[in-house]
Amino acid sequence: MKRLLTLSVFMLATTLAYAGGYRVSTQGQRALAMGHTGVAVVNSAEILFFNPAGIAFLENDLNVSGGVTAVFSNVKFQNDDFGRQFETDSPTGTPFYLYGTYAVNENLSVGLGVYTPYGSNVTWPTNWDGSHLVNEIELAAIFVQPTVSYKISDVFSVGGGPIWVTGSVDFNRNVNRTLTNENGDRTNVTVEADGVSNWGWTAGAMVKPTENLTIGFNYRSEILLEADDATATFADSPNAQPATPPNATVGASATLPLPAELTVGLAYSCDKWTFAFDYNRAFWDVYEDLTIQFDPATGLPDSVNPRNYKNASTYRFGVQYMLNDKITLRGGYYFDESPVQEGFFAPETPRNDSNGYTGGLSFQISDRFALDASFLYLRFEEVDASYDFYFENGQQVPFEGTYKSAAFLPGLGVTYKM
Amino acid sequence: MMNTFAMKNLKLYSLLLAGAALISCEPELDNDILEDDVYTAGEADFSNYVAVGNSLTAGFADSALYIQGQENSYPNIMAQQFQLAGGGEFVQPLVDDNVGGLLAAGVQIQQPRFVLAVDANGNPTAPTIFNGTPTTDITNVLSGPFNNMGVPGAKSFHLGAPGYGNIAGVALGQANPYFVRFASEPNATIIGDAVAQDPSFFSLWIGNNDILSYATSGGSGVDQTGNLDPTTYGSNDITDPNVFASVYSGYVSALTANGAGGALVNIPDVTSIPFFTTVPVASIPLDAQTAAFLQQQVTPYNQGLQFAASQGFITPAEAALRTITFQPNAANAPIIEDPDLTDGTGLGLPSIRQANDDDLITFTAASVLGTLANPGDANSIIGVGVPLGAQFVLSRVEQDRITAAQTAYNATIQGLAAQNGLAYVDARAALAQVANSGVSISGGQLTSTYASGGAFSLDGVHPTPRGYAYTANVILDAINDTYGSNIPGVDVGSYSTVNVSNGVGN
Repeated sequence: MKRLLTLSVFMLATTLAYAGGYRVSTQGQRALAMGHTGVAVVNSAEILFFNPAGIAFLENDLNVSGGVTAVFSNVKFQNDDFGRQFETDSPTGTPFYLYGTYAVNENLSVGLGVYTPYGSNVTWPTNWDGSHLVNEIELAAIFVQPTVSYKISDVFSVGGGPIWVTGSVDFNRNVNRTLTNENGDRTNVTVEADGVSNWGWTAGAMVKPTENLTIGFNYRSEILLEADDATATFADSPNAQPATPPNATVGASATLPLPAELTVGLAYSCDKWTFAFDYNRAFWDVYEDLTIQFDPATGLPDSVNPRNYKNASTYRFGVQYMLNDKITLRGGYYFDESPVQEGFFAPETPRNDSNGYTGGLSFQISDRFALDASFLYLRFEEVDASYDFYFENGQQVPFEGTYKSAAFLPGLGVTYKM
Repeated sequence: MMNTFAMKNLKLYSLLLAGAALISCEPELDNDILEDDVYTAGEADFSNYVAVGNSLTAGFADSALYIQGQENSYPNIMAQQFQLAGGGEFVQPLVDDNVGGLLAAGVQIQQPRFVLAVDANGNPTAPTIFNGTPTTDITNVLSGPFNNMGVPGAKSFHLGAPGYGNIAGVALGQANPYFVRFASEPNATIIGDAVAQDPSFFSLWIGNNDILSYATSGGSGVDQTGNLDPTTYGSNDITDPNVFASVYSGYVSALTANGAGGALVNIPDVTSIPFFTTVPVASIPLDAQTAAFLQQQVTPYNQGLQFAASQGFITPAEAALRTITFQPNAANAPIIEDPDLTDGTGLGLPSIRQANDDDLITFTAASVLGTLANPGDANSIIGVGVPLGAQFVLSRVEQDRITAAQTAYNATIQGLAAQNGLAYVDARAALAQVANSGVSISGGQLTSTYASGGAFSLDGVHPTPRGYAYTANVILDAINDTYGSNIPGVDVGSYSTVNVSNGVGN
């Protein structure tokens, strides 16, 4: 019995969840309003993120863009076989960005960006049917990117820079479907890691073959967040050690991959109109599994949770129209392919393929200041899905049902140029 | 800087933004089980469900009533599913803690529940009484009504017995402390309090204790078949089937008088529960030397049996039944007391025999077998030197009495279900399946193996939450069949089973 208990307790299925992409694409209100295109759109300091080569093409010497987006996202889960339904009550996420660029001379520009391209904020009702996979997760990562760009000629520039990432995760789930303490409270574990940092890099190129056409290319490297000093806190475990985990905090380690991303795209400007198209490829196959290792002194076995993500593409379309001196209108659409494969649909980040509809506008308050607003409505199809890699007594216990997600992301930002 | 034009636009934009946020964030399912008519009640009306019964209905487990058990009682599980098709609130007379046990004016009258302790290597040892302190005092009478009218310990005739919830009768054994807690008045009856709620739907599962207390006491009571006056029964007696039929049909009439639908649940076999299947008959290992020594010890008794048979005092068959044979280097059946044997004390023959495969050894024998009856006497090993008491053995004869009564009860239940168009729940077959082959559930198999099988709690008689969930599904199936409803069952494997614990503190 001890062995059975141990197995069921520590097949920490799931976890640090970042699925369907814990990628949150809100790295600029102007770009987001245009379907989050931007690898070839030279418009504001937002280009620092979308293509570091582009900052050398900015008209002004000093450019600053900053903004924040509110992520309202909810997911319903339903299982018809047993008549069960649950809905997330996730806190509002607030991804932000701040970019500044400065033209050192005619050809050389430098910049600094701070932004949050990854995050996950999912709160299911505590002890819901999938609580052995996740009760709640909060994942955040802040990217800091010093950037340099060089305009080799009037039609070609390159740019890039290192990226420093600091991330944190706070994740809670029940240890299995049934274990409780003497008072009937479900035994659970919280994995926490703060200040996990690592380096990556980005590089881009931009070509302007004609006055109206811009072509961009950007590659962002994979970054592995290796949380060596994480903690795992077990709570509400019955007093029956060593058959059950101790009610204690133990050391833990895990590695969370932030995948590499390749973007190519173009923008065509004509009169008051700009049209943009981006193609993203995210190399999610790095996310094979999530393994949590506990301090060997505890004797707790590793928790191995297969994720088996696949590389995924996103197709983005955007349009911009300058209504007058003051107001610029934008709209866009994108199709976001989920990296989650069949049988690996875990409720920590329940994302299937989605269609993003975007819109927004900029209002030029003065010569230097503009207000940028955008919204994104992410539409998900209802999907019957399962996560098949939770085990009890050596048997697969799929967690399956119907998921329906909806997300609405309004955002505000400012653009300054001098 | 900002002109009015800009202000207006910003306001407009903010409004649009807020409006869009409100309408877009609610994910909508095509077939929402809470908003669409996915599940229907058929011809049944689940708006006011009342469950009537004994400990099984109350959610009793691990030899006690405690909150976690009550929350996982089969009626509570069913009521949650009923809520998908018009079911109403289901109120239970919850006790005050997860310790179990009862107090009467501060004095403990029932023990806390069992827990399964583990040793230093994490391996389970034996069920032990949880070392918490009971806080549920029966003098604190709850005000109802309560949808769950399950009263632990109740026999069929108790449901209609006035005063069964009168605290004055508890010490005298005439009242039930569990009913005292929530009876509407001291003289109320269980069935009366149930019917007074005007249930639209009911379940009735009663009669288990009419044979079970006889069984668990190793047949210590009396088979009262033929005695129509239950007030003369002892607590371990078998209830007369005619008494059962009479009171049971009265309950069904009372519960259906308003046209309510319902489910009648029959009585499972005692052989389905681990209380009788955990301790094997052959449990005493003997080496060759000990076996030979013991065989020598019982030789006079065996010879006496042959003499008695030759004189016609007992039959040759009884002589054979009683003859004691110890096998060397094997697990041997214990010597037991059997009051159903021909009394041979006049011939110097005690009423003992060796247990055989027809006998069921009770779970409680485990803590007695092999121990010394007299701590100073190494030859007083219970089961070998001293016979195991009759209260630890359910003999074939005793089992036959139980089966006869059970068969009659079940015929009554099935007949009344058919007669009244009620759902008939064959719990006997459902539990036999758990005991015989096991039932496949998510993440494993539900069996009646003690502690690890998942279906039964540590008292070996009452289900775990998982066992109750299975029971709820079995009853729901019968209800759906009878009433054309499509109430979904629950995921049995997601319900809790025996959890280990060394109690609170160290």
